[in-house]
Amino acid sequence: MAKMQLRLTVNGEAAELLVEPRELLVYVLRERLGLTGPHVGCDTSHCGACTVDMDGRSVKSCTVFAAQADGADVTTIEGLGAPGGLSVLQQAFREHHGLQCGFCTPGMITRAHRFLQENPNPSEEEVRFGMAGNLCRCTGYQNIVKAIMAAAAELNAVREAAE
Amino acid sequence: MNEMAPISREERVEKLKGLGCSRKRVEDVRFTQGKGNYVDDLKLPGMLHGDFVRSPYAHARVKSVDKSAALALPGVVAVLTAEDLAPLNLHWMPTLAGDKQMVLADGKVLFQGQEVAFVVASDRYVAADAVDLVVVDYEELPVVTDPFKALQPDAPVLREDLQGRTSGAHGDRRHHNHIFLWEAGDKAATDEVIASADVVAEEMVYYHRTHPCPLETCGCVASMDTVNGKLTVHGTFQAPHVVRTVASLLSGIEEHKIRVISPDIGGGFGNKVGVYPGYVCSIVASIVTGRPVKWIEDRMENLTATAFARDYWMKGKIAATKDGRITGLSCHVTADHGAFDACADPSKFPAGFFHICTGSYDIPVAHVGVDGVYTNKAPGGVAYRCSFRVTEAAYFIERMIEVLAIELGMDAAELRAKNFIRKEQFPYHSALGWEYDSGDYHTAWDKALKAVGYADLRKEQAERVEAFRRGETRKLIGIGLTHFTEIVGAGPVKNCDILGMGMFDSCEIRIHPTGSAVARLGTISQGQGHATTFAQILASEIGLPADSITVEEGDTDTAPYGLGTYGSRSTPVAGAATAMAGRKIRAKAQMIAAYLLEVHDGDLEWDVDRFVVKGAPERFKTMKEIAFASYNQAIPGVEPGLEAVSYYDPPNMTYPFGAYVCVMEIDVDTGVHEIRQFYALDDCGTRINPMVIEGQVHGGLTEALAIAMGQEIAYDEIGNVKTGTLMDFFLPTAWETPHYTTDFTETPSPHHPIGAKGVGESPNVGGVPAFSNAVHDAFRPFGLRQSHMPHDHWRIWKIARDLGLHG
Amino acid sequence: MIPAAFEYHRPTDLQAALATLQEFGDEARVIAGGHSLVPMMKLRMATIGHLVDLRAIADLKGIRIDGAAVRIGAMVTQQELIADAALARAAPILRETALQIADPQVRAVGTIGGNVANGDPGNDMPALMQCLDASFSLVGPNGSRAVKAREFYEAAYVTAREDDEILVAIDFAAPGGGYAYEKQKRKIGDYATAAAAVTIRKDGTACSAASVAMTNLSDVPVWSKAAGDALVGSACGPADVGRAVAAALADIAPTADNRGPAEFKRHAAGVVIRRAIERAWSRA
Ligand SMILES: Cc1cc2nc3c(=O)[nH]c(=O)nc-3n(C[C@H](O)[C@H](O)[C@H](O)COP(=O)(O)OP(=O)(O)OC[C@H]3O[C@@H](n4cnc5c(N)ncnc54)[C@H](O)[C@@H]3O)c2cc1C
Ligand code: FES
Ligand code: FES
Repeated sequence: MAKMQLRLTVNGEAAELLVEPRELLVYVLRERLGLTGPHVGCDTSHCGACTVDMDGRSVKSCTVFAAQADGADVTTIEGLGAPGGLSVLQQAFREHHGLQCGFCTPGMITRAHRFLQENPNPSEEEVRFGMAGNLCRCTGYQNIVKAIMAAAAELNAVREAAE
Repeated sequence: MNEMAPISREERVEKLKGLGCSRKRVEDVRFTQGKGNYVDDLKLPGMLHGDFVRSPYAHARVKSVDKSAALALPGVVAVLTAEDLAPLNLHWMPTLAGDKQMVLADGKVLFQGQEVAFVVASDRYVAADAVDLVVVDYEELPVVTDPFKALQPDAPVLREDLQGRTSGAHGDRRHHNHIFLWEAGDKAATDEVIASADVVAEEMVYYHRTHPCPLETCGCVASMDTVNGKLTVHGTFQAPHVVRTVASLLSGIEEHKIRVISPDIGGGFGNKVGVYPGYVCSIVASIVTGRPVKWIEDRMENLTATAFARDYWMKGKIAATKDGRITGLSCHVTADHGAFDACADPSKFPAGFFHICTGSYDIPVAHVGVDGVYTNKAPGGVAYRCSFRVTEAAYFIERMIEVLAIELGMDAAELRAKNFIRKEQFPYHSALGWEYDSGDYHTAWDKALKAVGYADLRKEQAERVEAFRRGETRKLIGIGLTHFTEIVGAGPVKNCDILGMGMFDSCEIRIHPTGSAVARLGTISQGQGHATTFAQILASEIGLPADSITVEEGDTDTAPYGLGTYGSRSTPVAGAATAMAGRKIRAKAQMIAAYLLEVHDGDLEWDVDRFVVKGAPERFKTMKEIAFASYNQAIPGVEPGLEAVSYYDPPNMTYPFGAYVCVMEIDVDTGVHEIRQFYALDDCGTRINPMVIEGQVHGGLTEALAIAMGQEIAYDEIGNVKTGTLMDFFLPTAWETPHYTTDFTETPSPHHPIGAKGVGESPNVGGVPAFSNAVHDAFRPFGLRQSHMPHDHWRIWKIARDLGLHG
Repeated sequence: MIPAAFEYHRPTDLQAALATLQEFGDEARVIAGGHSLVPMMKLRMATIGHLVDLRAIADLKGIRIDGAAVRIGAMVTQQELIADAALARAAPILRETALQIADPQVRAVGTIGGNVANGDPGNDMPALMQCLDASFSLVGPNGSRAVKAREFYEAAYVTAREDDEILVAIDFAAPGGGYAYEKQKRKIGDYATAAAAVTIRKDGTACSAASVAMTNLSDVPVWSKAAGDALVGSACGPADVGRAVAAALADIAPTADNRGPAEFKRHAAGVVIRRAIERAWSRA
């Protein structure tokens, strides 16, 4: 089958590569661009470990063909850090023990990042609903919810201070 | 000479970040940035990808395998079948349970998803295409998925390779599908007590088949360096040294020429203890092709072919006096092991530690018998976030207690309290042969009941039942109680081994001249946070800050031999080894300090991070100073350097325990339930890092929730797996998961160097009966005694229907 | 899980898309959000030679509300449905339903067109569309036609749409009155064990119009005319609701799966339908 020229913006940088249309976005990111943050946990769009941000939406990159992503602006966990360290969310996950084996964490934080833009002031229940596309086998979610609530509070405080 | 600005003792303690503090995890800095290093992240030059052709049938003869079309596909490098492995004698491999297992189908297949051929290709896309091109001719055979039917005289013969063999690794086989009968306790005495008891409750308790399903599946990258003759295998291994030994025994490559590396592991929960055909095939393929070969299973393969857990049919009898004193317990288990006996238990315990099933109770006589049976299901039988078969045991006894309470017309909390082993009875010898090291069950129990307001809950429940009877509500309340005792930390080498390797563990410490250190262990973290907590143990032992101690695990070239991480053994065994190695360091440090301070060893005492001359607190040497001195001073009678190794053979297991209460609301019409409250009190002895303990409890409880309320590996009549994706295999999201309240008591283990017992698996062991008992308890007023898990909507609905609650 | 190879096409207008479908016939299939199709392809349950991606066709996007008339482009995602304030005012049942579909990531890409065209009895939108008496605009080589949602579904994965037709938009009249979409499922991310869409209008104290449709209780979505009829003219008291539920249950044929046996689903359906009616009535 014919290969195609794929153009992407990934974490702010333009990338151009020759792919088969059927290649999965998650493997393009992991194996061709070396961004191994997004993980594959289920292959069937249930676990969210492969979550990336694509054109301003959270998507499961295991269920997106490379071809479908042509022209997209993609952000992975690798693009979400703060200069020289952890972002507020990343720091909150560490502070509140929102991870154990770490396998779900990149997808979890990438989703949380988008979720807090959709809803900057969530209740605990809204966090649980908004994060329901991401499975974690280790933490029982309690500390993840806590971390996201804490990050929201901190981001809001920073925002208010700036205003 | 000494530190410029002296700081207080408290500040010095705090600076260490040692035992008991909620130190933030060092691992998290890279994990939160997506910089973990999991096996599928590895990319080696020239690496090939392996993929399996798997059987669509549960039982069939393999008449032929035609690989020509696959081999003709550009990019395909090899297709391996049993025929190719046979000359190397690798078409079968030994299991950890004394059985053997096909690596690739040898003449027949015995479960759906069994490995038939291994395709090796340039990338994962070509490999997947080639799998479709391998043509296998099957002849279907009769299937048996029910262990009771498997033992009927006319049942199909599953293991033709064992035909005529009347005994196996664990004694006699009485039927062609029988594996072993394993017994503990005194049968005659137990039968007698039961026969003459005031009250006997009898019940079949089924703990269904499920799966550990860590978020990362299993996989490996095998890389044979043909120039140097060295094999390196990266993989998802909970026991890397054991894998090295097995790889050496199987391949004939000398053990020093094999390096096994467990990188970061995305959860294990028992799934990653065993040795799977994928590992063997990747190694062979790498040897054959001279190129690295990667194999990563997908989720469906993971759920259908590797490492199921449980599947125990437990028939119990519990005897008691009229006033509720338990006098005896018997249990017969029919254990469905699937097509091969690949349980990951210590060799001498084919039913694991199931005989901890007298639980937290002082039961004078008991007997258990476990029959292992072959069926057309996947092999496994792993300890899914529990010590070997301990979850089954805890579920069994906690259900039997509830059933006995019904029989006696007694409150189940009161019945438990009446029969707990009392504090003064420890160390306690159980009727089934264990020596419980320590416990204080009544204190924990009272604390738990008080915390949840038990009496008020019962009152509310009774009122709800009345309202239900009056037709005012369709919701019932269930109060699920559990008091469990775990047995972890396998284990004493005198009776615990895996493939002949004693179940000790190890730690090697090297202190650098400037006062930092590296500690290497034989265990491997899969999220438990060893890099954080083991450094804390060591910080307290040797007085160097945890932040200056690197913990390394998982590389057999550098780490000392250890049996790995599962069965909550890391803290009890490797944690002890760490403390003991630390003590060796300190002993040597004391000699150095004595020399430097020109006093006798005995004139010094240890104080947080330094040796101080007794009675002269201004004269001391810090560990940091001692470390430097050990490398730059010639000290008479003392070798230079500061290093130690400890191999720790635990004198006994440890026995963590806990008291859990679950309050559940159940809609009798839809079977939909809501967890209103969950209280978990854990006693894991000395608490190394409360934050990590709490996280372990949340996670274990959520796995318990999943198992009790919906998670199963289900088969249809002809052996098709019905729950092969995460659509049907229940893993709760944040939405279905309740908020947990955690609590603790602290009863240190008397025989462990720091008194720690381990906690990772308690919440699963105790959580499952707590959730299940809540469901049962809701329907107890209407006459329910026993209903099998998982309690998903339709099964709860069925309970209500069978009790006539739908009108 | 790796799909078989295919050729990819991304036409920028409808005519080009239709032409590609014509050219490759059986071999070709359109893809919208891909969240039903891609998993099927990865499991190799569907093998497709040519994928025609609809994402670049501007005509398939957008929500238009003109008085009571609502037109939703096929490529509108569930997330866009949920976020559209005007739609939430005109027909809030769409938002209520969409929020019960899958999870946030799936809703971010899954489209309403894909959901109704897919033909999977587990999809939630088809029953809702039947409840609303929506019609589907299809465009094919021979021009366009409209098919009523109530006449669109023939069997599981078999619909009135011809292989060379593209669904461009969905039209319906905002129902007004009370509404509810009630769904029982095992967890977020699961399809319905039983679900029901109900709209009710009230005139004084009596029900003046009612519509009841159900998801995943037969091999196609089921609109129960009899259930609606049972409510019209009544005050939706317990006995009236009971009659409507009985009528609805007479129209379904659930089958056993991992969610439970047919008998259970029938019982759960009864509860779900009753709740949907009661909730819709309370909002009417
Ligand atoms: C984990 C998970 C959970 C889910 N849970 C639910 C749920 O609870 N309820 C629910 O309703 N759905 C659920 N879905 C399905 C999801 O909503 C899908 O996105 C939706 O069914 C299809 O929309 P799509 O845009 O992704 O369509 P696609 O997958 O792109 O297409 C689906 C089918 O429709 C055809 N098609 C698509 N668009 C058109 C068009 N314009 N004209 C003609 N044919 C077209 C395609 O050829 C294909 O055959 C779930 C999916 C996942 C992955
Ligand atoms: S791997 Fe993509 S959702 Fe699980
Ligand atoms: S931390 Fe292990 S899966 Fe979430």
